[in-house]
Amino acid sequence: MATQKQRPLSPHLLIYRPQITSVLSIAHRFTGVVLSFGALVLTYWLTSAAYGPEAFARAQAVLGSWFGRLMLLGLTFSLFFHFCNGIRHLVWDAGWGFEMNQLRATGWLVVTTSMILTLASWFAAYAVAGGS
Amino acid sequence: MRSPLGRVRGVGSTGEATAHFWAQRMTSLALIPLSLWFVFAALTLVGADHATFKAWLGHHGNVLLMVLFVAVLFHHAQLGLQMVIEDYVHAEGAKLASLIAVKFAAVLCGASCALAALNLAYGG
Repeated sequence: MATQKQRPLSPHLLIYRPQITSVLSIAHRFTGVVLSFGALVLTYWLTSAAYGPEAFARAQAVLGSWFGRLMLLGLTFSLFFHFCNGIRHLVWDAGWGFEMNQLRATGWLVVTTSMILTLASWFAAYAVAGGS
Repeated sequence: MRSPLGRVRGVGSTGEATAHFWAQRMTSLALIPLSLWFVFAALTLVGADHATFKAWLGHHGNVLLMVLFVAVLFHHAQLGLQMVIEDYVHAEGAKLASLIAVKFAAVLCGASCALAALNLAYGG
C-alpha cells in the first residue's frame, strides 16, 4: 500500500508547442473579450452623440487621436478575426471541417482573410477622411 | 437545421440545457450581416460632425439596424463573457458577482446605445 502509482499527466500548456488550432482557439476568446471592451467604446460614441454636438466632437477627436486610432485598429482586426473564426465555428456546428488538413487550411484562411479585411477597411477609412 | 439539436432539447433539470448554446449561435448568425453593415456604416461616418451623424440616423433603415445591432451585440457579448467567467473564475462568490455584473452592464450599455440612437433619430 505504500507505493504510489505514477499517474500519467496531461501535457502542460506552457510546454505544449503552439499550433494553429490551439492558438486560434484562445485567440477567439481573447478577441471576444477585446470586442466586449469595444462595445463599451461604441456606447461612449453613441451616448456622446446623444449628449450633443460638443460631446460628439470630443468623442470624434478622442477616437481620431493616435491613441484612438491604434485602439480602433486593434478593434477592427479583433472584429474581423472573431467574425471569420466565428463563421468557422458555425461551419463546425454544421458538422464540416474536422479533418486535420481542413482545420489547418481554414485556420490560415481565417488569419489571412481577417488581415486583408482589416487593411482594406483602413484604406477605405483614410479614403473617406481624405488623407487626414 | 434544427433537427439534430432538437433531439437533445429538454436535456437538463430545467429542460434548458442547450438554451445558452443555441442563443450564442443565433446571435452570432444575426451578427454576420449586422456587423458587416456596422463596419460599412462606421467607414462612411469617419470624421463626421454631429449634424451629419444625426441626419444619417434620421434614415429609418439606419436607426433600425443600429438598434438591432446593439441589442444582438450586447446579448452575444454577455453570453460569451459568461462562458469565460464560468471557465476561469472558480471562487463561488466572485463568480456569481461577476456574472451578475456582466449581465447588468450588458443591459445598461445596450439600453444606453439603443436610446441614444432613437433619441438622435426621433428626438428632434
